[in-house]
Amino acid sequence: MTDLTQLQADLTGQIAAAPDAAALEAIRVAALGKAGSVSALLKTLGSMSPEERKEQGPRINALRDAVAAAIAERKAALESAELDARLARETLDLTLPAPPRRKGSVHPTMQTMDEMVAIFAEMGFAVAEGPDIEDDFHNFTALNFPPKHPAREMHDTFFFNEGPDGERKLLRTHTSPVQVRAMRVGNTTPPAPWIAAGQEPPIRIVVPGRTYRMDSDATHTPMFHQIEGLVIDKGIHMGHLKWTLETFIARFFETDAVTTRFRPHHFPFTEPSAEMDVGCDRSGGEVRIGTGEDWLEILGCGMVHPNVLRHCGIDPDVYQGFAFGMGVDRLGTLKYGMPDLRDMFASDTRWLAHYGFSAFQAPNPVSGLS
Amino acid sequence: MKFTLSWLKDHLETDASVQQIVDAMTMAGLEVEHVIDPAARLAPFTVAKIASAARHPDADRLQVCQVETVDGVKEIVCGAPNARAGLTTIYAPIGAYVPGLGVTLVEKPVRGVVSNGMLCSAAELEAAEESDGIMELPDALAVGTPAVEALGLEAVIDFEVTPNRPDWLGVAGIARDLAAAGLGKLKTGAVAAVPGKFPCPIRVEVDGEACPVFAGRLIRGVRNGPSPQWLQDRLRAIGLRPINTLVDITNLISYDRCRPLHVYDAALLVGDVISARLGRGPLEQSGDQPSPAPHRDEQLIALDGKTYDLGPEMCVIADANGERPIGLGGVMGGESTGCSETTTDVFVESAWFDPIRTAQTGRATGITSDAQYRFARGVDPGFVVDGLELATALILELCGGEPSQVVVAGQAPAAPAAFAFDPAYVKALAGLDIPTGKTIAILEALGFAVAGAEPSLAVTPPSWRRDVDGKADLVEEVARIAGYDALPSTPLPETPRAVGGVLTARQSRARTGRRYLAANGYAEAVTWSFTSRDTARLFGGGAEALVLANPIAAELDCMRPSILPNLVEAAARNARRGFADAALFEIGPVFAGDAPQDQKLVIAALLAPHAPRDWGKHSDGDLFTLKGDLLGLLEELGAPVGSLQTAQGSASPWFHPGRSARLQLGPKAVLAEFGELHPAVLKALDAAGPMLAFEVFVEAIPEPKKKAVKTRGALDLSPLMPLNRDFAFLIAADRPAADLVKAVAGADKALIAAARVFDVYQGVGVPEGQKSLAIEVTVQPREKTLADAEIEALSARVVAAAEKVGAKLRA
Repeated sequence: MTDLTQLQADLTGQIAAAPDAAALEAIRVAALGKAGSVSALLKTLGSMSPEERKEQGPRINALRDAVAAAIAERKAALESAELDARLARETLDLTLPAPPRRKGSVHPTMQTMDEMVAIFAEMGFAVAEGPDIEDDFHNFTALNFPPKHPAREMHDTFFFNEGPDGERKLLRTHTSPVQVRAMRVGNTTPPAPWIAAGQEPPIRIVVPGRTYRMDSDATHTPMFHQIEGLVIDKGIHMGHLKWTLETFIARFFETDAVTTRFRPHHFPFTEPSAEMDVGCDRSGGEVRIGTGEDWLEILGCGMVHPNVLRHCGIDPDVYQGFAFGMGVDRLGTLKYGMPDLRDMFASDTRWLAHYGFSAFQAPNPVSGLS
Repeated sequence: MKFTLSWLKDHLETDASVQQIVDAMTMAGLEVEHVIDPAARLAPFTVAKIASAARHPDADRLQVCQVETVDGVKEIVCGAPNARAGLTTIYAPIGAYVPGLGVTLVEKPVRGVVSNGMLCSAAELEAAEESDGIMELPDALAVGTPAVEALGLEAVIDFEVTPNRPDWLGVAGIARDLAAAGLGKLKTGAVAAVPGKFPCPIRVEVDGEACPVFAGRLIRGVRNGPSPQWLQDRLRAIGLRPINTLVDITNLISYDRCRPLHVYDAALLVGDVISARLGRGPLEQSGDQPSPAPHRDEQLIALDGKTYDLGPEMCVIADANGERPIGLGGVMGGESTGCSETTTDVFVESAWFDPIRTAQTGRATGITSDAQYRFARGVDPGFVVDGLELATALILELCGGEPSQVVVAGQAPAAPAAFAFDPAYVKALAGLDIPTGKTIAILEALGFAVAGAEPSLAVTPPSWRRDVDGKADLVEEVARIAGYDALPSTPLPETPRAVGGVLTARQSRARTGRRYLAANGYAEAVTWSFTSRDTARLFGGGAEALVLANPIAAELDCMRPSILPNLVEAAARNARRGFADAALFEIGPVFAGDAPQDQKLVIAALLAPHAPRDWGKHSDGDLFTLKGDLLGLLEELGAPVGSLQTAQGSASPWFHPGRSARLQLGPKAVLAEFGELHPAVLKALDAAGPMLAFEVFVEAIPEPKKKAVKTRGALDLSPLMPLNRDFAFLIAADRPAADLVKAVAGADKALIAAARVFDVYQGVGVPEGQKSLAIEVTVQPREKTLADAEIEALSARVVAAAEKVGAKLRA
């Protein structure tokens, strides 16, 4: 009796004192292994009388169970301690910096262009394009600039040297030559697939792109971006022009508070012609849109001149329509507050990071423009 | 174009304020640029009288004056020699800003005597360019009268004249539009002919090509000299310098009626004929020929004292039987026959010079006179003789004399013809509801003659409106006078929308590329489409056809053949500012020629691998990062990335020959080039290397197939686990790894799903001239789990395939 009690006490003492998994395993083998002390006791049961077995059996089995349980418990405790120790060793200083990541950005002019195209696409406009290097016909003559007319001089045109064929190419001074390409009835196979082909009215396009004039100061750069709009159909009049631009401006500046005004102006390619002003506040040195008593000119527009339609082979007595053009960079600076237009093209990485847009701010009608 | 309110009131009966006039002008299409209003600037300045003046106790040249002012009697120290008791002059209180001095007055003692304000000269008020004392005004002026009133200064309105409206270059023309817009009553009177007293002793003759019509007359016995004060004031107010009465009269009429004139001193004319003919110099060379040396065939010393060569495109005015040039018609007169204070007999010219010829002459000579500006835009051909009569009357009034009869040579261009106009077109084109009666009234107020009845009115434009030649022009006239504020706002009719969005594949790719690169750490730049020709040559460009004849700057004289030089220069500029780690991209055009189809769309990116040092040694700046970004981009753009060949070493020569490649679908379909830029190219651009870059040629990416339905192919998944086997091969060091990978992947196309290099090693244990490539092969069983023997057989096939490209399994 005492033997059993003593044996259990000895074993549980050893188990509790086992320093690691290996020592514990040695104790288990010594007790519960084939030749173990507890196994040896179990073997004695076979040679006992039934009465003796009835008495000793439960006691020896209880001893075995208690030792096994103590080993399992100790094993779990040792494993837990070992994990704790390993985790402690694995500690990292998380105040160290993450690897450097460059932050990319979208240029504000391109963001502005995307915004404008998104607004006009909602209004049913497709996007047309044309080449930057143009000829006199598309940039001037077809747009009703008479040869040698002073209006041509006002465009400060960049010219190339005269070619062998006597033709002098130029850098387009506006996106309007694409109007001509899109309206020319015979222009079915443009020089490249991306260049606008002539289409039958109704026409409803916008033309974003680079434009060029010999000018450089805080509000003029020799290269800038325009977006042109053209709508040709039966019965289109200045009221449609006014609605289109009023709607555009409110959506672009994302405020109903913006006020607009149309003033007569002169462009050779529209008749009647107009400029549109937006209400602004100039006090405090910067222009704020949507407030104030002042006006700021932002775009030119008008009804497409009958001569332009005729040059393109469209009968002005059947079809009429409007066109408008505006400076993308300039409207971007007004909306987002860049002080100097020249910075737009200087590629200063600090400027690009400050005024640029996240890749995920793609303008769309669901989440809004900006 | 500048004018004053009082001048306008010569032609317009109105009570309107300057602000009302400015607003009406703006809404009628006369875009006011600014109003120079001396009333605001000179508000603090008032009339004062000096009661007494005594010598300053400590300064001989200063006087201490007791002055009656609007603020009571003030003690003021004054240094002007003409300060004296009883003088009526102008007083500025402490705190006033004196525009001529650019200072604000503060109270401070002058040699111990405090001056309580200042007495002002005309220059200090910017009422004259210089003055030698304080203002001396009529004694009748009451103390406290505002200086603006006392000096007769008034607001000057400056506005932009659009090129279609030369008639606005005369105040009478402005008044006509304002009267039509309802701002007052037009009161410009008809011009009365002044009868000649004798036949004109000077004949005029024209070569009709050079000058369509030339009129003139002699006025003898005039007294020329400084013009009267009112005339000088009127000219000065708009920034013109009075010269003498005869010249001032021509300037007045030029600005009053947009009718430039010229006056010749008849005593200085040679012979008795004045002719207008073409110049006799040689034809100007054009194009890229060197400009011709100055010729002496025919020259004119003009009134500005400069000598001009006269070309055959110019209209020359000549005397001495057409031999001696005495003027450039419509541009500038000659020095030899100009009028001076001694002129007694004057020949007055009123001619009509062709706008295009005058514009060209202005460009060729660089002369931009008031006359040239007006003739180039087109003055009223119906006012040639009227202008002469107007000048005659003023000369007789101001200079006396006796006029000859008028002589005229040639014929003015025909007046505009009548055309049909249906007033319903106003509604159709402008959307404005305007009663026909009002339409007719507006047109008539603007000088148009309207005859006939609806729906076919016959409208004749006035002689000064040569810009109007069609019914749309008339709609503009009616709409702008009725006011654009009245335009309706009419929603555009709904149109069927394109179901697949509005962008073409090319436009979508530019957008996708932009968002992809921005999301991957590149900042979008927008740089000039031009560069210098030298730089263009470094990048395979610089053709003559792409060189600008008139660049804005010498270093921007050629269209760019590539975006890369612009990005290199941008990165170098940032590095010089202390930010060397630029990662930039641009999406834009490059130019291979001047034809429309020579313009290509390129997506270019550049990495200056000077990333900040990092404790974890994470590398972010190397060429393979760039390659990964490029391949990711191409995949987003829909390029068949799996089929792309990497043609090592065949990229353009501005790349490092050993560290660059083309990505292509065969040698004629190059989608992109990438690599490290050539150090010599960077050096030429003054940029510190290394710099890594790529260019994607968007049009070279095959167009996506248009599919009728958007469903995708079925997903084919194997139920069996893939397994990986690693191999290490030795291969010649200069053999591209891609050759080995391709061979390994091809060893069993059914089972091998992927082969990927995961280590490259050269050094101890690898023979000289060889490299060790470790390749992980992913095996994807399709039908049944592979037995060991099958896997061993597959491995043997891999090794055999590798041996065919010269690789050996590393022991």
